[in-house]
Amino acid sequence: MARVVVDVMLKPEILDPQGQAVQRALPRLGFDGISDVRQGKRFELEVEGPVDEAALARIRELAETFLANTVIEDFDVRVEETAEEVAP
Amino acid sequence: MSTRVGVVTFPGSLDDRDAQRAVRLAGAEPVALWHRDTSLHQVDAVILPGGFSYGDYLRCGAIARFSPVMETIIEQARAGLPVLGICNGFQVLCESHLLPGALTRNDHLHFICRDQRLRVENASTAWTADYTAGQEITIPLKNGEGGYVADERTLDELEAEGRVVFRYLDRNPNGSRRDIAGVTNAAGNVVGLMPHPEHAVESLTGPTTDGLGFFTSVLKKLVAAS
Repeated sequence: MARVVVDVMLKPEILDPQGQAVQRALPRLGFDGISDVRQGKRFELEVEGPVDEAALARIRELAETFLANTVIEDFDVRVEETAEEVAP
Repeated sequence: MSTRVGVVTFPGSLDDRDAQRAVRLAGAEPVALWHRDTSLHQVDAVILPGGFSYGDYLRCGAIARFSPVMETIIEQARAGLPVLGICNGFQVLCESHLLPGALTRNDHLHFICRDQRLRVENASTAWTADYTAGQEITIPLKNGEGGYVADERTLDELEAEGRVVFRYLDRNPNGSRRDIAGVTNAAGNVVGLMPHPEHAVESLTGPTTDGLGFFTSVLKKLVAAS
């Protein structure tokens, strides 16, 4: 079983009031030196079978049509190595 | 035979009953459509009501867009079926790409609920023919994610083609680009807006009866066409 991670972020030109609210709370909590925060979404997809180019193409299609609204959001698809693959 | 206007109920829809009531007050027959319906039961027009379809999970309107009833509505809207999306319905229409742009979280992060003054910019759509261009109306506005955004090129196109149907007056309540409260598709049969005309159809319960014109507009258009 392989995991594919899809990150979805608002495009840079789209205002992110939630991220701004988080950023503004930081000094009050004693965290200084963070000039900007953008908030996004992370999806973890557990994929059955091999994650080959065809599978990734399908997942990109899924991300483009459903997980992200490409009018306002960008997305990034990547394969996450599982523990057993890293340490055989 | 009376004119039949379908009102879709998704899990989480809130204003479907008010929309049905507005249809009835305008003189048409409201027809309840369920999100799992693939048939539109021979309705002459469709309203997507306000609320929080599918809990607003993922993005407002994103899951509703893939419901069985929407597959049919998208197909028929492209063929000219009048469709009105109110609030969450507007979000569904944008997610369906029947209307351009998207709705994002209000720039001040607060849920807003108040009577809102609007200017009718386009009185030639299926849903606004009973108004006059430039007319000012007041109807309720209530949303947390009502900021209308689109890229500059799309906004310029909408302005040039007269597809901005409503603009906020007094102050912009949610950070919408160019004070846009509602837009239409190129054909003028699909209209979406964030404020709620269905809550302003009776003096007992609404701030005005300014919203009734949406429902009488579509009725007249359909009667004229039949």
